[in-house]
Amino acid sequence: MTMLTEPLRLHHKHCDDLFADAEAAAAERNWPQCQELLSRLHDAIEDHFRTEETVLFPAFEAATGMTGGPTQMMRIEHARMRELLGQMQSALSAQAADVFAGAAETLLIFMQQHNMKEENILYPMCDRSLAEQAADLAAQLRNSLEPGCATKK
Amino acid sequence: MQPNLSFEQAPPIGVPYRFFLTAPWFGVAAGLLLAFMGEEMLASRWTPGALAGTHLLVTGFMLQAMCGALLQFVPVATGGNIWQPQRVAAWVHPLLIIAAGLLVAAFLTQRPVLFMAASAGFAVSLGFYGVVVSLALWRTPAQGASIVALRIALLGLLATTGLGVTLAFGLAYQTTLPLLALTDVHAAWGLGGWGLILLAGIAYFVVPMFQLTPAYPGWLARGVPLLLLALLLVWSLQLFGLPDGARELVWLGGLGTAGLFGGTTLYLQSRRRRKVSDTTLLFFRVAMVCLVVLLFSAMLFAALPEIGNDPRAVVWLGMLAIVGVFVTAINGMLYKIVPFLNWLHLQRLCGLETLPPTMNQMIPERSMRRQFYLHLAALAFLLAAVWLPSLARPAGLLFALDCAWLGLNLVGALRIYVRFKNRIRAAA
Repeated sequence: MTMLTEPLRLHHKHCDDLFADAEAAAAERNWPQCQELLSRLHDAIEDHFRTEETVLFPAFEAATGMTGGPTQMMRIEHARMRELLGQMQSALSAQAADVFAGAAETLLIFMQQHNMKEENILYPMCDRSLAEQAADLAAQLRNSLEPGCATKK
Repeated sequence: MQPNLSFEQAPPIGVPYRFFLTAPWFGVAAGLLLAFMGEEMLASRWTPGALAGTHLLVTGFMLQAMCGALLQFVPVATGGNIWQPQRVAAWVHPLLIIAAGLLVAAFLTQRPVLFMAASAGFAVSLGFYGVVVSLALWRTPAQGASIVALRIALLGLLATTGLGVTLAFGLAYQTTLPLLALTDVHAAWGLGGWGLILLAGIAYFVVPMFQLTPAYPGWLARGVPLLLLALLLVWSLQLFGLPDGARELVWLGGLGTAGLFGGTTLYLQSRRRRKVSDTTLLFFRVAMVCLVVLLFSAMLFAALPEIGNDPRAVVWLGMLAIVGVFVTAINGMLYKIVPFLNWLHLQRLCGLETLPPTMNQMIPERSMRRQFYLHLAALAFLLAAVWLPSLARPAGLLFALDCAWLGLNLVGALRIYVRFKNRIRAAA
């Protein structure tokens, strides 16, 4: 079965890479580089959330009628991750390496368990329930994400 | 039924925490027992002290931590619905403490009634726990190598319990059961079938997740638990007679599979994308190194029977497996899970306006790092004490201190949780 959610899975990895680089820059107290990487991470994560919230989730909700369940929970977790990103940005502005490290660690684990729930449970549900529109939706997802970041390298 | 991805599905924090906060104190008890009994405890695996100490660690430290972790992990990572986790924890947790205490007392005093009481405790608590968690794991729609590993691990837990109860019966009533073979089969199912396959199933998730490593190769992730299961089934044939050559082949095959998993984990960790390292990573690496050393030790013992036949050789392997691999890996995992669960539950209480303290504020990194060094020292002393008996008492004391420090760090995290929770309540 083709996985229409493949672009989102690949994009998770792209966000992971940006996260690792931003965290390393903060650990080295290379603040200008950290700022650049954190901005890119922020944009990538926003891109990802927007794609899920405007393309994938509505399609899933329309196909299954499940509007208050898993997708709603994922939206709430997106909001929480936005706050953690904000916490990292404040720490960066104050050049507080320890606070940045704490917020980064928390974002990473929260983001990973969020991705795990999506990749192991929600995405497979989407792949099954939206199989008929797979090709069309995969293209929409790819178009909505930054070019080159949701394809196999 | 569609799985619900809601956070509500994660159990209340008290469910895993009651197990996590208990585990280290069984380690303290094992260390103190060694400090009290000294070298006779490590002379062979069959001394009452060795059996008591081993079971303080496996049915106390390991079982508490693993049972608690699965109650959290199964719903969150696999979407499996565990039936009334609060009720399960409220029964299983105290029953396991009592059963482990009774079993240790049984080994030390050799009183049949204690063996039977301990068996009853384990049979009821682990039977109940095993069925409830297995049902959740069989019903989950999630797929993948990790789910298969967890299912096999649960089978391993039930097999270990059944064999353990049979053994206790044999010890209590001097039956004609083949006790030596039964012990080897029981230990293999416990450490290999339950412990290692569970560790692998969890590692498939958390190793890539915590350090952003590449995923485990699919063939390996699927192959390790299935191969271990097949080897355990053949290993169990020794109850009915198995040629020595075949027995040795299965033994080395099992440890080879374990070493392959350990070596692969070390390789994946060396290729991690996350450049910042932490105490959990250090613990996990030591555990995986011990897994590889375990394989090389067993190969050495097989090649040099004059060392391999020394009763202390098996004690060395047991020490490496139980303290080196499992206690170490669990210690590291607790340092990641507990701060995260603190944060996860607090952020939910906070609402979206405020954020709780970050994970790094839940247990001070410096305190975790120092406890890690103490753990390394305790492990080194314990391993050395197998061959240098004069080190047994200091090794026991060091290990007791090591586990107490872990326990206190976890209590500290709980206090931060309670303090912040009270502050949120007061503000509301």
